[in-house]
Amino acid sequence: MARNVSTQAKVGFTIGAWAIALLLFSPILWVILTAFKTEAEAIANPPTFLPEHFTLENFGAVQDRSDYIKHVTNSILVSVGSTLLGLIIGIPAAWSMAFAPSKKTKDILMWMLSTKMMPAVGVLIPIYLIFRDLHLLDTVHGLTIIMTLINLPIIIWMLYTYFKEIPVDILEAARMDGAELWNEITHVLVPMAVPGIASTLLLNVILAWNEAFWTITLTSGRAGTLTAFISSFSSPQGLFLAKLSAASLLAIAPILILGWFSQKQLVRGLTFGAVK
Amino acid sequence: MGSIALDHVNKSFGDVQVIPDITLDIKDGEFVVFVGPSGCGKSTLLRLIAGLEDTTSGHILLDGQDMTKAPPARRGLAMVFQSYALYPHMTVRDNIAFPLKMAKMPKEQIDAKVEYAARTLNLASYLDRRPRALSGGQRQRVAIGRAIVREPKAFLFDEPLSNLDAALRVNMRLEITELHQQLKTTMIYVTHDQVEAMTMADRIVVLNAGNVEQFGSPLDLYNKPANRFVAGFIGSPKMNFVDGAEAAKHQAHSIGVRPEHFTLSRTPTPGAWKGTVAVAELLGSDTFLHVNVDSFGLFTVRTGGEDTYKHGDDVYLTPEPTRIYKFGPDGKAL
Repeated sequence: MARNVSTQAKVGFTIGAWAIALLLFSPILWVILTAFKTEAEAIANPPTFLPEHFTLENFGAVQDRSDYIKHVTNSILVSVGSTLLGLIIGIPAAWSMAFAPSKKTKDILMWMLSTKMMPAVGVLIPIYLIFRDLHLLDTVHGLTIIMTLINLPIIIWMLYTYFKEIPVDILEAARMDGAELWNEITHVLVPMAVPGIASTLLLNVILAWNEAFWTITLTSGRAGTLTAFISSFSSPQGLFLAKLSAASLLAIAPILILGWFSQKQLVRGLTFGAVK
Repeated sequence: MGSIALDHVNKSFGDVQVIPDITLDIKDGEFVVFVGPSGCGKSTLLRLIAGLEDTTSGHILLDGQDMTKAPPARRGLAMVFQSYALYPHMTVRDNIAFPLKMAKMPKEQIDAKVEYAARTLNLASYLDRRPRALSGGQRQRVAIGRAIVREPKAFLFDEPLSNLDAALRVNMRLEITELHQQLKTTMIYVTHDQVEAMTMADRIVVLNAGNVEQFGSPLDLYNKPANRFVAGFIGSPKMNFVDGAEAAKHQAHSIGVRPEHFTLSRTPTPGAWKGTVAVAELLGSDTFLHVNVDSFGLFTVRTGGEDTYKHGDDVYLTPEPTRIYKFGPDGKAL
């Protein structure tokens, strides 16, 4: 249904939307600006808006103190690795729930979601002990495993919702055409669900990238990701706002760029199931 | 070869029994139509044969071999779905080639077969299109093409024409019948449309509430319906039924007369049923009169297109004495 909206209302909505967007963006903008200021200017009162003495020295200092490249590599390995692992487990799981459901399928889905309702700190001690005994502490593969497990419910839920939209007739046609289960999934289901799988992949890369709790508690030097990298700069040894900003900027830049280029997929991913 | 036998097949979904007990023998090369009202279990029966549903008990034999537990991919049957169920991400060529690719056939052989099928079905110029760029009729042809390339033991059609408009439906009906005459492969065709059943089938299975009411040739069903259900279901317009005293005169619980088996008259005739025309439907070739017959209710009568009966006219209906069907209290034909 088309609605008549007056020009004034449109102008009002536009100004309002911009105001909210700028308000939400302002901390990130401040971080970006501060990253290029000297330490003295960063804490100056009254603050300056644009850096008066534009400098890149913070970035150099950050790289010198803790290895940025190593943390970026860990972040990529953990976020991409855990997402791929999650998809490998999630696709068959979602297939069976969407196309061969049992009486308990709904309960299992709810149970999986309920694990996300529990505060992570509730299982910190058992998981820490398991990791210690299995020698998984401060390892990239250990962190990848925990990240996969954390995000698996979301991966399965999202895939399940997308798979439900695929007409079962088409999968049955594949079966009649002689496709065994593996071919049915790889030749028919996955190609048809590519948009949904892409959204799931993106959202989970971002979730894993930003995950801080387990990363900080289960890693120290070797396997730390960018979230551990940032937190190491907010240490009590003194406040280095400019360096902290530089570190934050370095940490969020890759995911910000990824998000920018995949906006369409992300919006679809975040509103999944809301509209057909 | 493609003979199909069902041996005491039963299917229940939880506590709901959809098919209580069916035994059927379909010969190699036969065109068999499953017909019945919606919810009668005809599609379920087809899906049991296809292997898309598991039987609760009983056996399904293909060419004498027990295939009850075999997955659909191993049964060597092809199916055409009501929704066409084409692969939307593949071109027409890839859709038709898919079953051959699954059978790991060499590429040159696949190409040759796809080209041949496309030419037979007038799809040659659409081979590189996606299904969404095709009309309903073309999509149905692709679905049929995908079924014929793999040379199955039998074709299963699940209401394949119900998404098409009336004119196209008649065309496709002819094409499928022709295809059967050409290939001589067993075909099982599910429909709720008794006209499709009558025109296409070698033999018809009339189903009602999961039971086979009658299995026979179209004319057998028309001339010698086994019971009141078949009599009412086969034939268009429907047979007219009379219960009570009038039926008792014929030593029956109820009697039935088809619309085409009346003699009409405007003047009183001894033994005729008197009625008033409610609606006259003029089709040109025929006229269907809906007649309110005193004490019996609404009757449908088929008469020539030249007859000029109209609303409110009095008519006298005489059923042809040899064409009165008699049924017992259990609905069985006497």
